[in-house]
Amino acid sequence: MIDFELTPEQKEAVKVAHQFAEELFRPISRHYDEHEHESPQELIDKTWGERNKGTLALGLDVTASLRIEELCWGDAGLFLCVPGPGLGGAAIFASGTKEQLQRFLGNFNEGEPKWGAMAMTEPGCGSDTSAISTTAVRDGPEWVLNGEKIFVTWGKRAAENPGGLVVVWATVDKSAGRAGMKSFVVPAGTPGMRVEKLEKKLGIRASDTATLIFDNCRIPFENILGSPEVKKVARSETKGFKGAMATFDATRPIVAAMAIGVGRAALDFVEETVEKEGVTIRYGVPKQKLTALERDIIEMEANFKAAKLLTLRALWMMSQLQPNNLEASMAKAKAGLAVTKITQKAVEIMGPLGYSRKYLLEKWMRDAKINDIFEGTGQINMLIVARRVLDYSRDQLR
Amino acid sequence: MISFSPTEEQQMIVSMAKQFANDEMRKIYRQCDESGEIPDTVIDTAWNMGFVSSGIPEDYGGPGGEHSAITGSLIAEELAWGDLSMALHILCPALFAYPILEMGTERQREKYLPLFGGERYKTATAALIEPRFGFDPHSLSTVVRPDGDEYVLNGGKCYVPMAAAADLFLIYAAENGNTQAFVVEKGATGLEVGEREKNMGIRALATYEIGLKDCRIPKENRLGGEKGCDYNRILNRSRVALSAMAVGVAKAALEYSRDYAKERVAFGEPIASRQGIAFMLAEMAIEIDATRLMTWEAAWKLDRNEDATKEASLVKAYADDMVMMATDRAVQILGGHGYVREHPVELWLRNGRGFVTFDGMAIV
Repeated sequence: MIDFELTPEQKEAVKVAHQFAEELFRPISRHYDEHEHESPQELIDKTWGERNKGTLALGLDVTASLRIEELCWGDAGLFLCVPGPGLGGAAIFASGTKEQLQRFLGNFNEGEPKWGAMAMTEPGCGSDTSAISTTAVRDGPEWVLNGEKIFVTWGKRAAENPGGLVVVWATVDKSAGRAGMKSFVVPAGTPGMRVEKLEKKLGIRASDTATLIFDNCRIPFENILGSPEVKKVARSETKGFKGAMATFDATRPIVAAMAIGVGRAALDFVEETVEKEGVTIRYGVPKQKLTALERDIIEMEANFKAAKLLTLRALWMMSQLQPNNLEASMAKAKAGLAVTKITQKAVEIMGPLGYSRKYLLEKWMRDAKINDIFEGTGQINMLIVARRVLDYSRDQLR
Repeated sequence: MISFSPTEEQQMIVSMAKQFANDEMRKIYRQCDESGEIPDTVIDTAWNMGFVSSGIPEDYGGPGGEHSAITGSLIAEELAWGDLSMALHILCPALFAYPILEMGTERQREKYLPLFGGERYKTATAALIEPRFGFDPHSLSTVVRPDGDEYVLNGGKCYVPMAAAADLFLIYAAENGNTQAFVVEKGATGLEVGEREKNMGIRALATYEIGLKDCRIPKENRLGGEKGCDYNRILNRSRVALSAMAVGVAKAALEYSRDYAKERVAFGEPIASRQGIAFMLAEMAIEIDATRLMTWEAAWKLDRNEDATKEASLVKAYADDMVMMATDRAVQILGGHGYVREHPVELWLRNGRGFVTFDGMAIV
């Protein structure tokens, strides 16, 4: 039955997360935007505790995404400081064995705060993830990793804090193309893995975006996710690469949910401000009778709703164990772009209030933009949607 | 709990509507558009599938199915995918029957509903739109005033579907600034049905201007009696129906232009293998899905008897733009071939432009 009603548990989850966003995230939002690489220790400790109690559990399901939306309404950069297995965990869930799940994530909720990261992008390859040049060479009971990874979200925290992990994508056989592409779990503190630098960014400045260097970094043989074999099969059927792509089907709707949180923040600010000025948005009045402001806000609201419902559908499908590759990319493409535009329009509408760093709106505009870039740019997601709509392979639509 | 899965019963109705649209409507839509006529047999076949009648309760001689806005929007999408003129014609009696069903007095329900529960298509319609610039359903210039035990209606309407054949009209008029609905039967003095209108699109649908000159009707013909009707809810039901239909038309345009783009070769390969074309199709697909989900959400609110004004008006505005974008792109993808009447996309473009105007011409 088609239904849009949240369960009582989901409503409670939203309420609790919203309260954290309001009380814990918003008051320190500006500070960590302006003090880029400072660590929000109190927020980290508090969210780690709540996470392990279950009140702020952040997995890959509808309830978690509703929480994420609320926390990103609070602050998307600070949300990316919240400890947890993160994208590394998502990769292990997507292609790890039961034993690996237990070994890498079994104790993840215990002790001190821990982070999981995923290292994919390299200086020479972004969207074309099959072109990676980081190598993994078998040496007896170990793999030896060599290469450079950039734009690793949670990179520093995951690589340096005990108990954390980084899932690294590397090739075991460059000549095999996608078939040679494998992922490896590198525990925090492994010799040979080091943080080279932290990026200075347009937005989400509280989030540590790191360059990681792997210099003869040795990990146990059992840390490979999926099969070590290189099967030279059709490009579309390469398993290692597919593992990476399956991860994206799970993480793209989550990024869409993040975007939606930021978009809601901007919309709330605009609507509260114009309401204080005595302007009411008249829904249901013909377009030609609306003011330009009303038209803008109605268009923003509609695009917001479109993005939100596409996201909920992608998440719902995932929770039903239905393949959601198309729907995940639809949600991510729409939400990333819609929220980028909504926040930019919001700054325009608010004029001096929008542009001033006295308010958070300009920050949200900067934060929002990342959602149209990471976990697959808007264009990559459009390409995926187009291939699915046309039933084309990547060779037929490049 | 959040779910995007229609019930089994809804899935059955959808597949029936889809098959009808494909097997019957798609065969004749061009000929209907050119001639301005829809064969009675198609309308009768559709009627017997119960798209309107199934919602009439058993107490009033109907099959007693559930009257749901979600089910209605699922049906409307499929029928509009087949052909918009025919969809509007098939569902036209609902313009009269559904407001009576939801908001009529017991007497009105007893008198009128049995006419719509049977096996014969019963022609009835509603008149909302008025022929002037800046038409706003919240400030009608058709007015009504009480006079003894009668009401007197004055004004003019346009885009009244099936008016020449209709036995029953639901006329929307301003009553001291508030809009209410009034039942006017065929042949009432002062009710004048004008010439058939000539429109850019929906050319197979017979629409008319009507005039109301001191049109007198009995007091009991006010929809809902003394209590009146919930006009906003009627408007919202209409917005949902039209949004669903816009999704159907846009989907038709997407599918046709997608298939064409895969067939049409330029510079040695199908034009679909170029991102310039492929991305247009991807965006159409995303916006169609988004609009459908927004339509469902508004319909869901209606089914829960909640105020759906915000959701319904947001999705309607969104759908108006979306269907224009999608049908225009379909023509663009076909290029010169899209502009000629051998292909259906020019027809969908003409139909698509109308949604922003079609207030109150369909209802769920």
